[in-house]
Amino acid sequence: MKSSIAHESLTIGNEKLPIESRAADNTTVFGFWMFLMTDFVLFASLFAVYAVLRGNTFGGPAGKDIFNAPYILTETILLLSSSFTCGLALLSAHKNSKRFVVFWLGVTALLGASFVAMELSEFGRLVAGGVGWQTSGFLSSYFTLVGTHGLHVALGVVWMIVLTTSIVMRGLTRGNLRKLMLMSLFWHFLDIVWIFIFTIVYMMGIN
Amino acid sequence: MNWTEFIFGKLSWSVFPQSPIAMGGGIFMVLVGFAIIFLITYYKKWGYLWKHWFTSLDPKKIGVMYIAVSVVMLVRGSADAFLMRAQQATSVGASQGILSASHFQQIFSAHGSIMIFFVAMGLMFGLINLVVPLQIGSRDVAFPFLNSVSFWLFVAGAALINLSLIVGDFSTAGWLSYPPLSELAFSPTSGVDYWIWSLQIGGLGSLLSGINFLVTIVKNRASGMTFMRMPMFSWTVLGAMSLVVFAFPILTATLALLALDRTLGMHFFTAGGGGNMMMYVNLIWAWGHPEVYILILPAFGIFSEVVPVFSGKKLAGYTSMVLSVIAIVFLSFTVWLHHFFTMGAGGDVNAFFGIMTAVIAIPTGVKIFNWLFTMYRGRIRFTSPMLWFMGFVVLFTLGGVAGVLLAEPAADFQLHNSLFLVAHFHTMIVSGVLFGYFAGFTFWFPKIFGFTLDERWGKRAFWAWLVGFILAFGPLYILGFMGATRRLDHYAANLGWQPLFIVAGIGAAIIGLGLICQVIQMYVSIKNRHKNRDTTGDPWGGRSLEWSTSSPPPAYNFAVLPVVHGRDAFWTAKQSGTVAAHRYEDIVMPRNSAIGIFIAGFVFLIGFGIVWHIWWLAILGLIGEFVSMLLRMFDDDTEEIISAEHIRVHEAAHHSRHATI
Repeated sequence: MKSSIAHESLTIGNEKLPIESRAADNTTVFGFWMFLMTDFVLFASLFAVYAVLRGNTFGGPAGKDIFNAPYILTETILLLSSSFTCGLALLSAHKNSKRFVVFWLGVTALLGASFVAMELSEFGRLVAGGVGWQTSGFLSSYFTLVGTHGLHVALGVVWMIVLTTSIVMRGLTRGNLRKLMLMSLFWHFLDIVWIFIFTIVYMMGIN
Repeated sequence: MNWTEFIFGKLSWSVFPQSPIAMGGGIFMVLVGFAIIFLITYYKKWGYLWKHWFTSLDPKKIGVMYIAVSVVMLVRGSADAFLMRAQQATSVGASQGILSASHFQQIFSAHGSIMIFFVAMGLMFGLINLVVPLQIGSRDVAFPFLNSVSFWLFVAGAALINLSLIVGDFSTAGWLSYPPLSELAFSPTSGVDYWIWSLQIGGLGSLLSGINFLVTIVKNRASGMTFMRMPMFSWTVLGAMSLVVFAFPILTATLALLALDRTLGMHFFTAGGGGNMMMYVNLIWAWGHPEVYILILPAFGIFSEVVPVFSGKKLAGYTSMVLSVIAIVFLSFTVWLHHFFTMGAGGDVNAFFGIMTAVIAIPTGVKIFNWLFTMYRGRIRFTSPMLWFMGFVVLFTLGGVAGVLLAEPAADFQLHNSLFLVAHFHTMIVSGVLFGYFAGFTFWFPKIFGFTLDERWGKRAFWAWLVGFILAFGPLYILGFMGATRRLDHYAANLGWQPLFIVAGIGAAIIGLGLICQVIQMYVSIKNRHKNRDTTGDPWGGRSLEWSTSSPPPAYNFAVLPVVHGRDAFWTAKQSGTVAAHRYEDIVMPRNSAIGIFIAGFVFLIGFGIVWHIWWLAILGLIGEFVSMLLRMFDDDTEEIISAEHIRVHEAAHHSRHATI
């Protein structure tokens, strides 16, 4: 269902695409869904590991001792709004407005980068306070799970910058539109993973 | 940190091999490498190889390269096997055999890792690359560039594992590196790191290939080829690739966690610090058991193509074959715990996994019966692919029954980690997977190279493998019952095991003769290639679409994309005498690209950098990676057009050859 939406959005712009090229784009989007699924299995493994190790604090702090609810909520709001602005970028692409695509992608990248910065500073605060990943099995799995997500977001920001550069340079070409579609799928996927992290790691950890 | 440490990490002169046999292995590898480089330079073939092979995005060429690398690795893995057999035949009582305990451990770890990741996986992806696009009537895979990246990642992983022969040592922790033994506290050298990163890099290639072929089969089938008209090999590949997509990310995660333990001092699987080592065993087998089916499913598919062709009948029970593939795909994720019943998960957990393991034998049994029914009342031609099948069907059934025996937790407590287990899984992997791939290689060889392989030497190779296999692994079943555990580097004389170990050693030597026969077969076949040329494109009386095009096929596979009206598409077309229309159009094909090689090369640098803690090298690799991807992203000129005129000339030549016979 989703991929057919994706397919629709690829036929936008003033280019009339031949049927083979549309099929090729459709294949790419399907392939990217497959990739996201493998990434999802990767995160599922890390979640399972976290679930096994979350009680193994080995004399170190537990989740409720180190998690800061308002801080996490701010991070969450940043990431969720970035998903919204990413959607706006795609809508602008629908309207074939290069200026707004670039603008909203810029906003999205900025929000994503702020999220990464907040996460890094939280990690830095924990490590400086002697609560590092070497302390216990729980903290190893916490840093790895949340850090893997953060790494994905950081890579997403880099991708976004490259893509925006490409759009500025070459406009909303078919290739760029396809990449925009894939990038937004990736970005929403990271949002979903974060919802799980927010719930399973932070909410269940604080209570 | 001083400057030497910054530049060289943990590297120093002491990491180069010290013992004579290890040094011999290293020197041998270096010599072979230099010999290959010298020969290519001498015959001035670098340009040719680079232009027509290394940078090629043609799946047929990538497939051939996969198989070439796998064969080299097969030689390496077999050398390890011969050393192990020699050690166990001689290291008894007062004699300590030819290897030190530590070297023996490195050898069995390398043997398993190499044979699974760089031989079986490589041969599998090689055959899939060669056959699947042709078989589903497609001109290419879904993502040709990604295919090249996958292949070169596989090469990078293989290179890293071989480098451990020369620089440093290899893991002594077995092919799956269970913690706590594989943790830094008990394996302080870089051996386990080599294991982690060569598998991680090779595994990443497999994962990307899995996505690629899954999408290829779902999206690129010829018009009219519904799923229930798809040839069985493509079906089994679809099943195997679904398993790759679901299972390999678990391996990626598990290896990464072990690497984090070893490199950053985390506590996922450590004995202390709140780690949980049994979690590793669960995770690795949640990947590892599906992996077994990833390897065997395509072999099943090969036999499902070979048996109908050489029996002159259509495959019996097509629908039940498809259903059994699907059943195996699902069930293979429900049996992983049978690898460690002795962990003590409790009676009900063990009972569940024991029953599921017995259940998964049922769809496999369905397949065995269908192949036999296909042969029944057929006009059987006893070619070498058919011989491989018949050797397979006997041994695989025996090995399967041994597996069902192991699936009973009560029996498993006796047989766990014994040579009985070793004999069981070698029966599945050698006489199942390897025999299957040999059959497929012989079967499709003329399609790719345009001439058939020599049958006389092929049959000799088969008999040597069959007899050698029975002699090499039959005794291990018995030894397992007698209490011999796996991975023994030495045992007491009064146990009376030595005669059986000597028989096993003789068996291994006969398998070695089989390998030599295969080398001779290749030589003789190339020498007589003009005599054995396949001018028709259909040397065996084939049934599926790959036989409808010329041998070797043109880069674009099909001049006119086929339209399918039923199962066994080519067979039906031959029967009804339908010939494809000769209206040719321009074909767009991907242009060659060297970026796949660069990407894999930089990944190799990252891997090597992390193994030896040379951080600047790893960072350099990351930057190179980023730049390579940018280059690809901003490259607009990735396609080329083959003109209709060019196609017409090629096709006319093929049809005139066809007509003269």
